Amino acid sequence: MSDVRARVEQVYREDSRRILATLIRLLGDFDLAEEALHEAFFVAVERWQRDGVPDNPRTWLVSTGRFKAIDVLRRRARFKASQPLLLAQLDELEQADWSGEDVEDDRLRLIFTCCHPALAADAQVPLTLREVCDLTTEEIARAFLSAPAAIAQRIVRAKAKIRDAKIPYQVPTLNELPERLDSVLRVIYLVFNEGYSASVGAELTREDLTRESIRLGRLLMELLPEPEVMGLLALMLLHESRRPARTSPSGELVLLDDQDRALWDAGLMAEGCALVERALSTRRFGPYCLQAAIAAVHAEAPSAAETDWRQIVGLYDVLLRAVPSPVIELNRAVAVAKRDGALAGLLEIEGILARGELQDYHLAHSARAEFCRQLGRVEEARAAYQRALELTRQEPERRFIRGRIKALGLP
Amino acid sequence: MKYLCLVYSDERLLHSSPDSPEDAECSAYAESVQGSGRMIAAEALESVETATTVRMRNGKLSITDGPFAETKEQLAGFYLIDAKDLNEALQVAGNIPAARVGSVEVRPVRQLNV
Repeated sequence: MSDVRARVEQVYREDSRRILATLIRLLGDFDLAEEALHEAFFVAVERWQRDGVPDNPRTWLVSTGRFKAIDVLRRRARFKASQPLLLAQLDELEQADWSGEDVEDDRLRLIFTCCHPALAADAQVPLTLREVCDLTTEEIARAFLSAPAAIAQRIVRAKAKIRDAKIPYQVPTLNELPERLDSVLRVIYLVFNEGYSASVGAELTREDLTRESIRLGRLLMELLPEPEVMGLLALMLLHESRRPARTSPSGELVLLDDQDRALWDAGLMAEGCALVERALSTRRFGPYCLQAAIAAVHAEAPSAAETDWRQIVGLYDVLLRAVPSPVIELNRAVAVAKRDGALAGLLEIEGILARGELQDYHLAHSARAEFCRQLGRVEEARAAYQRALELTRQEPERRFIRGRIKALGLP
Repeated sequence: MKYLCLVYSDERLLHSSPDSPEDAECSAYAESVQGSGRMIAAEALESVETATTVRMRNGKLSITDGPFAETKEQLAGFYLIDAKDLNEALQVAGNIPAARVGSVEVRPVRQLNV
């Protein structure tokens, strides 16, 4: 008895998202599919105890969920017999091909649907975490420090739009793919970044989010091994490999230069570097591959002093040509400072700030402060750290900057 | 599924920008949508200067000049189309020549609950 229950729970853990994805394809309705999924698992507990666990539990659950949904639609149709849409939906469902062959594609369809550009940008992330990763609304709200009600509302609105505007449940065609894939990768990377350097709050990182984004990256890689997918996965793995060294035991931020590289996760690093090589060899690489390549150069350096800054500056040059962005320019400025000295870096940053860009970005001011400090320009360094402190909302970073200001001595 | 594609544009730029479509191009595009079997109706509209707004309040008709609100972009025309799904509708809407100077709002048509 408890054996069967444990088996049902195992199938739920391992396969519920696949089954849900297939049911959404068959039913064309997220809520109906979720209801059908839960009913199917509910029935499974009783039925599998009586008749034994079926040979293919997943197919059994899809089929049972489909019948449950047909029941629901029939009941609804009885109340609103004149609704032609409902009858059409029922008709379609009874004739639909529901064979288990297509399930992996179903998950891919689900990801592309959740990240459809017609959905509000701030709904794509929660919807993907809810539907593809099975995080609860409360978990998502906690991760993004929002109210569960606000997250729930965004998800409800997005689902309603998918249904009412008829956003198709499909993998985009080849000519739409690059743009649509971008939006999927962007969502995954957003989730990762929020996990890797939580923008607000007491904690520096949120492991649940990085874990989910890497899981999504692996899934996408399995289903669609495009170079940029490899690049993004490699980038996340390489960043993740540094996590143990990124915070001190007391929860303080440790900069890349000062990290104990023995703490870096060698397995993740090796996997990330291999992916970078594979992606670069396709010669169809883009921004994610280039960023991953930069992370790989760091990973390959035995110590901070032995980093190949020349190569890193070169990679930033290529990256800037692909995606002109002041934040990337800032990162390049830091690499230039490592290669040519603090003054060279400072001039680059002042050029960016003089154009009126990154004025409200705390990292621009902390980098400027750091270069001024190295050049002995203490007052300028202090003012720049002050500005960075005003712009930072994250507690460990604020402590870090206060520490730097203190180390400058009294004004 | 029916979608209404509302073409909005700043009227001052609609016919004077380098990307502005000629009437012949607009008409050719409408014909191509017609040919694909997706067309239900499409029209270009006279300037918003010619618009009149009516309201019925407490059984009394009020008539005023112009549209109800000042906006940067004005309704310049529409396509009512029949498309398989939103992606197909967006494809049709995005290729409307006036989308190069203005914007096209794509709205699914609601089935009345009767």
